[in-house]
Amino acid sequence: MEQYRLKVSNISKSFPGVKALDKVKLEVRPGSVHALIGENGAGKSTLMKCLFGLYHADEGTIELDGEQVEIDNPHTALKLGISMIHQELNPIPYRNITDNIWVGRFEKKGIIVDEAKMRSKTEALLKDLDFDISPDVLAKDLSVSQLQAVEIAKAVSYNARVIIMDEPTSSLTVAETQHLFQIIKRLREEGRSIIYISHKLEEIFEVADEITVMRDGQYVGKWAISDITIDELIHQMVGRDMEERFPPAENVVTKDVILKVEDFTSGDEHSFQHVSFELHKGEILGVGGLVGAQRTELMEAVFGLRKISSGRLFLNGNEIHNHTPQDAIRNKFALLTEERRATGIIPMLSVWDNILAVAYGKLADNFIGFIDKKKLGAPVETVCKDLDVRTASMDTLIKNLSGGNQQKVLVGRWLLSDCDILILDEPTRGVDVGAKYEIYKIMRDLARNGKAIIMVSSEMPELLGMSDRVMVMCEGRLSGVLNREEVTQEEVMKFATKFSNKAKEVISQ
Amino acid sequence: MKTANLKKLLIDKSLIIVLLLMIVGMIIIEPSFLQWRVFTDILTQSAVKMICALGLMFPLLLGGTDLSGGRQVGLAAVLVASMSQMMDYSNRFWPNLPYLPIIVPILITLAVVAVIGAVNGFMIAKLKMLPFIATYGMSTIVYGINCLYFSKEPNNSQPIGGIREDLKFLSSYKLFGQISLLVVIAVVAVVIVWFVLNKTVFGKNIYIVGGSTEAAKVSGINVHKVIIAVFIIESCLVGLAGIMEVARTGGANSSYGNAYEFDAISSCVVGGVSLSGGVGKVSGAVIGVIIFTIISYGLAFIGVNANWQLIIKGLIICIAVALDMRKNA
Repeated sequence: MEQYRLKVSNISKSFPGVKALDKVKLEVRPGSVHALIGENGAGKSTLMKCLFGLYHADEGTIELDGEQVEIDNPHTALKLGISMIHQELNPIPYRNITDNIWVGRFEKKGIIVDEAKMRSKTEALLKDLDFDISPDVLAKDLSVSQLQAVEIAKAVSYNARVIIMDEPTSSLTVAETQHLFQIIKRLREEGRSIIYISHKLEEIFEVADEITVMRDGQYVGKWAISDITIDELIHQMVGRDMEERFPPAENVVTKDVILKVEDFTSGDEHSFQHVSFELHKGEILGVGGLVGAQRTELMEAVFGLRKISSGRLFLNGNEIHNHTPQDAIRNKFALLTEERRATGIIPMLSVWDNILAVAYGKLADNFIGFIDKKKLGAPVETVCKDLDVRTASMDTLIKNLSGGNQQKVLVGRWLLSDCDILILDEPTRGVDVGAKYEIYKIMRDLARNGKAIIMVSSEMPELLGMSDRVMVMCEGRLSGVLNREEVTQEEVMKFATKFSNKAKEVISQ
Repeated sequence: MKTANLKKLLIDKSLIIVLLLMIVGMIIIEPSFLQWRVFTDILTQSAVKMICALGLMFPLLLGGTDLSGGRQVGLAAVLVASMSQMMDYSNRFWPNLPYLPIIVPILITLAVVAVIGAVNGFMIAKLKMLPFIATYGMSTIVYGINCLYFSKEPNNSQPIGGIREDLKFLSSYKLFGQISLLVVIAVVAVVIVWFVLNKTVFGKNIYIVGGSTEAAKVSGINVHKVIIAVFIIESCLVGLAGIMEVARTGGANSSYGNAYEFDAISSCVVGGVSLSGGVGKVSGAVIGVIIFTIISYGLAFIGVNANWQLIIKGLIICIAVALDMRKNA
């Protein structure tokens, strides 16, 4: 039997309320590129964090060249020869490249840091990898792709046996990606193993030797690249049975176009470009796509939180301008943000204050803005009852509520503001299964009562189960709109990976 | 279980407990502490500090601060004093200034500090400067302006005296023959600030912006407007404190108000106002101010050496904040 470089067996990891990894295995050969793929939330990043010592697995073993190892922190991981290129780069902005690469293991001469030696080592390293970057520039002055290059150089500099690359090409151009692939091939020839995580399937077919597929925190299977087709791979990634997890669709999508977005383009060329779509009264429009598809950014622009360089907005056929959230709220828009903790709840305030954060101004419309608690009581109570918010009292601090209840309070916040168009960005993220169903039900009820809903979701079943139509975005562009009848997981995935045009070329070549 | 409850009670009510323990301790050491006169003295001494603490509470609720608060007290004191001297006083700041109704110097003074507050707010809201450093810069500027004005001919940096009776009246008149008007002003200010913070949309918006600026933005709150308004209100309050200082002391010089903002901030923090914003009650600030007054007044009353008073004051700040951290944990 051949020995694996890295053998991960039966790794499990739970977070409160979620089993992120369930007896996962991963077997990586020496001198090979091993792709790890799966949908958002499949557990790839969690598994890598366990490998790199950022998380501690609840059970399971890790073997490195046949030797069982315990990895408690990144320091141990690096010492054992596992290095990682993180998806989110965290450079130290005001230090130069040399310091950024050698941080944590500075060369020393006695008690003095040996700057000269570090600098020459950095120079040699960058030259060896063909990166045209000076060791003396500050990290803050580098472009994202240059930072990525530094990050790659750093991972290589550890002389690692296993290099984990988590979405390394997400910010690289085609030429830079090709450069990376050359480096990867060289590292492979040197006998190193590379774990390559990417959503871009065409890349995987170009660079990987073997593929492990994960889904819902579980191991699905392992294939040699020559043994599997892209279609088969997509099916393995998304292939799961749909259960009765969604309330029946009782809403009636009308012909009335309540919102028309025309040619929305961000000033940032990496963000959304020329996106146009329509939203009907009574409709739930799902927005699918992978992380980085710029869906959140687009929605924030519609809501007036981000500037656009061009684009028009029509409400019931009349042109409107949402320059600020105040404008948007006046035009009866609502935005439930993706990051509930950071931009939704106000943790140290009560449920009462949280639910009224938007509506205070509207409901207390006297000259000094006096808040008549009695007058506000009735609408708040109605909304809480409708949404079935469970809280000990209205004075409870919202941070003490469960994620699902917090989310209901935030939905309530917008209902009290009397909105017509609800933009819900990942409405069930961090919400347990029971509360998910309740939120779905609320969404259906709202649509049935004539509200229009845009639901950005990275969860495939949710997207398929809840949407009347699904628009899919890929890298800032609208890549397709699917009607209820034609929407399948495979179709969404194809549009989301731009599989339908780019990857086909790869195959036909 | 029982001990856990007791512990929670002790932590939750730590402020009141500290206050009561201090009072009881002082009465045991010096029984004459328990008399009406001590009570009114403490109230009077708290009045100006109370106004400052109420003022500083506003930026603190936003998670900010105002290090120029004390210097604004000083500028307000010099301004109002320079315009409200007796006509027959030998050393008039403006020798040819006609008699002004007392409300005029007061309004001019408040207008000047309101502009300073607006600039502070502008720097923090629009220029995105950190409150700590923006207001520190402002404090230096305000002190410089104050000294320039104060050194003007013919005053030449002489302490300003000869304050008219209609201004000193604020301090000298005693309600029921007992309670100074300064205390009445402080009580009225406490009630108004409580009302604004708890019963108006503007007050709620302060807590929301302080609690989560991002969530406030998404909720359609005009964050910049709230920040600027907060700093204007705060400046008006510390300006009022400066005016009250002139009434209390019957004079003014450019060093008035120095470091008052730190006393005000510590009172608020001891009273449970969070430095990270969004959390704090008016009642907390009131108790915080009274605790500090009792420390300085009471320790002197029972004859504790002034150096020891400083040490005890510092310890109280540290202990109160340590307890507060546990409460919020």
